[in-house]
Amino acid sequence: MANALHIVACAGIVPDPLQTLEPTLAPTGPAIRNEMVLPAMLDPWAACALYEAASLIAKNPGEPQNPSKLWLVSLTPKAKLQQVMMTVAQKLSFELVPIDGPIGGFTDAHSTAAILAETIAALPGLDRGKLLLFGGWESANRGAGVTLQLIGERLGITDQFQGVDQIELRDDGPFEVLERVEGGRHQVSVCAGPPAVLGWATGNLPEPRNNPQIGMDNMRTIMPVLQKAKTAALDTNSLRYVSATLPAQQRTTRVVKDMHPEAIAQEIVEWIGKDS
Amino acid sequence: MESVLILTHADETGAALTKPSLEAISAGLELSTRLGVSIAIGVVAPGPIALPKSLPCAVVAVSGEAFAQPRYATDAAACEALCRAQKPSIVLAPASSRFTRVMAGVAHRLGGVIDTHITAIRGHAGIEASRWLYRQRIEAVITRDARPWFLLLDAGTHAAFTADPSAPAVTIEKIHVDLPALRTTVTGIETPKQDALTIRPDAKLLFVAGAGWTKKQPDGQVRAQEAGELILGFLRASGASLGSSKSLVDQGEGQGGNSVLPFLTHMNQVGQTGATPRHPKGLAACCHGEEPHVIGWRFIAERRAISLDPNCGWTRGKADVVYIADAFRVMAKVNELLAARSQS
Repeated sequence: MANALHIVACAGIVPDPLQTLEPTLAPTGPAIRNEMVLPAMLDPWAACALYEAASLIAKNPGEPQNPSKLWLVSLTPKAKLQQVMMTVAQKLSFELVPIDGPIGGFTDAHSTAAILAETIAALPGLDRGKLLLFGGWESANRGAGVTLQLIGERLGITDQFQGVDQIELRDDGPFEVLERVEGGRHQVSVCAGPPAVLGWATGNLPEPRNNPQIGMDNMRTIMPVLQKAKTAALDTNSLRYVSATLPAQQRTTRVVKDMHPEAIAQEIVEWIGKDS
Repeated sequence: MESVLILTHADETGAALTKPSLEAISAGLELSTRLGVSIAIGVVAPGPIALPKSLPCAVVAVSGEAFAQPRYATDAAACEALCRAQKPSIVLAPASSRFTRVMAGVAHRLGGVIDTHITAIRGHAGIEASRWLYRQRIEAVITRDARPWFLLLDAGTHAAFTADPSAPAVTIEKIHVDLPALRTTVTGIETPKQDALTIRPDAKLLFVAGAGWTKKQPDGQVRAQEAGELILGFLRASGASLGSSKSLVDQGEGQGGNSVLPFLTHMNQVGQTGATPRHPKGLAACCHGEEPHVIGWRFIAERRAISLDPNCGWTRGKADVVYIADAFRVMAKVNELLAARSQS
């Protein structure tokens, strides 16, 4: 396929899921205690979007004078992003566009979208007619699932897809998208071509293996842009948290040992049959 | 003074509202009664629709063949037109895949704000909404002064509206929509390539299979095929919905993307990187019950687990009952009992 693609993937960072999260009250509102020092990772669904973007670029490299390009735009504290990039940068080639901003899921999605849209619109060399805006369909911290749509609206993109598991480009420009819908099914759509917004679910690709050579090539450009990252403050858009608490989730667990499998099966079948 | 608009849409038949839409109507009626404010219902449907009788409010609708397909450009234009016609300060809508796709864009077009995954709405003087953050690990109550404020309600959090059959049919006011140029066509719905649909949102029971099914069993053998037969047999006999851990779904990726248990897809994933379904009961087998999995169980009321490990995560206050046993033997017997029960 000769048509070059310009893919912009948006991704934040989130705490490693095995970490204990404890909400606390900071001067700016609720926050996660010690979130800046918790081990972090690229947001899982956004990471899937990034892997799919790299795969799409590899299949559609464009032409030497007009190559396909992949940008990774991230609004997150740059010190934390640098740590995460040590791993992510080894997996695939991209151009990082960092914005130094607050960490955490308690920020307002509208403000985040405004800053991201402004940054994307100003990307040097970006052809909006070739733009595919990628990201996770929800983040693992705020989990609102609205940031991409808001960026898309700000950029004037009215072909949007959420919960995407597959994209297939056709030679003449259109592409087919599979979106998750209710009941474990996919809705199949055909779009005339870029620009479009795709909020990815899991996709179909495994996590790429680390390649130190790619990592070294990426880090040559990543370190300078991290140092020069612009700082962004987020407006609350009148969002106020009345409370942010851990759920009272502890149950009194009955641990059943030394019961014969037949007796267990009988108990389970009776439990299934009871009206809850 | 607040005013409430409930946005709803037709189901796949095009002739009736979806269940989540009826749940949003219940939530909206309760909110408007509590606040003593006006309320209206907006409907997106391809044609004439059978609305529940006894709706105590105005109903506005957009209709036309373009709205038969759930698609961003048309659905956003429809919802925008309904909102501009009613000028509400609060918009409630179900968090269906159709409305989740478009509602943030609609809020932006109207200069409003949106919050999603709302599980409850409370407050008398003001409006406070509950939602979860960090993948169901922190529960927050939020409020906003900005209007219009769009709230997407998670399915299963409110009772569905039930009509009074003796009431007169409601009158619907049609709203005109100027559609943009359409570049997207919905060509169909694809169901997973497997012999049976394993994801059943309305099932009373969620059955979660963990990676333990495909590991070496006490006899030293891997019995993945037998595991698959037991799991599918249980789903058929019980009508349960199937969930899985990411590790189990991912296991087959080196073999061309097919899981070791071929009927599992990423759509079955429950937990940190998957769904957080709402079923009254959940049964986990061969799943270690650590936090990334249990996040997916946040809204499961009654929880039981079968595990060989007496120190697994489920025993630490995360399940009601944990059976320390061989899931292969237990589930084989469960299937036998369920089969005998269905024959009697």
